[in-house]
Amino acid sequence: MSQQLIQGNEACARGALAAGCTFFAGYPISPSSEIAELLARELPPRGSVFIQMEDEIASMGAVLGASLGGRRAMTATSGPGFTLMQEHLGYASLAEIPCVVVDVMRGGPSTGLPTSPAQGDVMQARWGSHGDRATIALAPGNVQEVYSLTIEAFRLAETLRTPVAVLYDEVIGHMREGVVLHEPTPEELGRRTAPRAAFSPTFLPYEPDENGVAMLPDFGRGYRFHVTGLMHDERGYPTSDHVKVAELLERLERKVEPAVAAVPPERYRLEDASVVLVAYGIVARTARAAVDLLRREGIRAGLLRTRLLWPLPAPALTEVSSSAELVVVAEMNRGQWALEVERLAGGKTVLAPYLKAGGSVITAEELAGHVRRLAREGVAVS
Amino acid sequence: MTLESLKKTPTKGPPPRGESPATAGGTTLPEPPPSAEKRLLRHGMMPHMLCPGCGHGIVFEAMLRALASRYEQLDDVAFVAGIGCSSRVVGYIDACTLHTTHGRPLTFATGLKLARPELKVVVVTGDGDGLSIGGNHLIHAARRNVDLTCVLFNNEIYGMTGGQLAPTTIPGAYTSTSPQGNAESPFDAARLVEAAGATYVARAQSYRTREFEDLFLRALDHKGFSFVEVMTDCTEYFGRTNRLGNGADLLFSQARVEPAIDADLAGRSTLKEVRSTPVRPVLEMGVLHESSRPTLEESMKLSGAGS
Ligand SMILES: Cc1ncc(C[n+]2csc(CCOP(=O)(O)OP(=O)(O)O)c2C)c(N)n1
Ligand code: SF4
Ligand SMILES: [Mg+2]
Repeated sequence: MSQQLIQGNEACARGALAAGCTFFAGYPISPSSEIAELLARELPPRGSVFIQMEDEIASMGAVLGASLGGRRAMTATSGPGFTLMQEHLGYASLAEIPCVVVDVMRGGPSTGLPTSPAQGDVMQARWGSHGDRATIALAPGNVQEVYSLTIEAFRLAETLRTPVAVLYDEVIGHMREGVVLHEPTPEELGRRTAPRAAFSPTFLPYEPDENGVAMLPDFGRGYRFHVTGLMHDERGYPTSDHVKVAELLERLERKVEPAVAAVPPERYRLEDASVVLVAYGIVARTARAAVDLLRREGIRAGLLRTRLLWPLPAPALTEVSSSAELVVVAEMNRGQWALEVERLAGGKTVLAPYLKAGGSVITAEELAGHVRRLAREGVAVS
Repeated sequence: MTLESLKKTPTKGPPPRGESPATAGGTTLPEPPPSAEKRLLRHGMMPHMLCPGCGHGIVFEAMLRALASRYEQLDDVAFVAGIGCSSRVVGYIDACTLHTTHGRPLTFATGLKLARPELKVVVVTGDGDGLSIGGNHLIHAARRNVDLTCVLFNNEIYGMTGGQLAPTTIPGAYTSTSPQGNAESPFDAARLVEAAGATYVARAQSYRTREFEDLFLRALDHKGFSFVEVMTDCTEYFGRTNRLGNGADLLFSQARVEPAIDADLAGRSTLKEVRSTPVRPVLEMGVLHESSRPTLEESMKLSGAGS
């Protein structure tokens, strides 16, 4: 298949189109606007919907309304907009409405650094909305992966009936690389499970299937039912029954777990590694170069590159923290995912994260220097 | 229901402060007489959570009656609401019903309508929901002329959260967050929405339900953004805090333009003198604006638009 030289944000929009997205609602914000601009050109001629809403709260509301109408729907934004979307992300999780939200990360907090890269929204993706929200967040590390993980985001959203976030930084968003725009197979597209029985007054829209996913139909297809952001029972009716509510929250957490197997990490020179770098997104590229630098110097370094931020890819993290002498989580923030790795790996190995917030990408040399320093101090020897 | 029977209904008092869960503060109503509109009720959701005497119940019943005159079953009508006592009523309709977030029902409704232009979409909102937290969405939905009907239940207060100040509360009125009397001026919802570009704007009262039914049906028939503001009463908070009498007193007070009723009410000690504050002014009712321009779905050339 031939390659095309395209930008990360374009790859995202192309991936969405390939994934069957027929509805986009959004609000302009750097560094994500190219996604909206491309879809504004591409969707209407296909009979699909593009709408620029009055803000990100409205964008997310429109996406959810469209999704309930049966559309594969998405929005794209950056940190400040992602913040405004949080209430409706919580709504989508609880009401089990599929949708894809792309967050092209820039420096924050607040208006921050509008056109500089950052990885500061990792915890926002996890805990930005109130309550215990189970969630899925993907982290592509190159332009090709922006394309394929956008398709995967739609598959996960539709099959698990949940919002899926795709997080990448400004550099990946604006970087151009050769990309193969493959057509997804039906399996790669996935689809919502439809209710098994015809409508009757005892129909249960929130009855879970064997995977713990509610089987609600689209609006206006002969099924009459209620959707609410209140805690609800299988009828979709509000309930404050403590047992039912606890079960619902537990089921929503369990149902996103298949994402761990679906989006496995990439292992680079890990076989005999005593120093394991853990990175995602743009940092994983420089971390890979750092591994090569360190190997040349005789330090047995390796890289665990995760493409899934949430739910936490626990098996892979546990594995490397059991085998390595030193684990270095490198990320462009003041320490977010590193805290999760610490929580998982705590005690099993030495952890020395390399953190950098401020608007520039962590370089391979910086990262290698960090490991060298630790090696000199005797933290990790090989 | 007569005034007497209302008094005899054992009330459980106002809903607890803070948002009432599923049925908190709810009252088991006596079995209503068989009626056409009952067919459109979602009986499994009963008992409902409205307080006895609440104007929302009166408006809701009128809405159902109007719908029953038109639809045997509500398979192709979706109801979208925000958060508030008013917004809760959609859950009691046997249709596709979407109880969204506070202030945002029009955003969900816009997405749903664009996704499925062939569906009829009705939004139910409150004065807090639609004019305060959701005010921006309201004017933008009107500007876009999305083909849907929005009914705003205006009780001039935040009922659900325990009677706080709303952007519709009249000057001088007492609420739990304006204990010295409201210092602010209210929005005129109908005029606001008209200025924003709505193509059908009407105002009704819970006192005149037949007129409301008529205005609501005309709104359903209208192509484009249709808006019906309906004045209702929160008896538990607005009525009690301002010592305006019970549900029936409040209801009749809406009819003060009728001399006989005004004279009758004048003798009641519970009711405030019409010219004193805080008593809301008598507003212009009926169709306030009607015009025609392409709907958003038509302008976007979506298939199914205008059907
Ligand atoms: C984001 C958010 N803020 C505040 C609330 C609390 N809240 C629930 S209903 C409501 C006011 C409802 O007032 P209105 O729309 O007038 O409805 P009413 O109860 O008077 O019919 C508020 C402030 C909420 N649910 N969500
Ligand atoms: S609006 Fe007032 S009277 Fe009506 S249900 Fe709510 S609190 Fe009760
Ligand atoms: Mg109100």
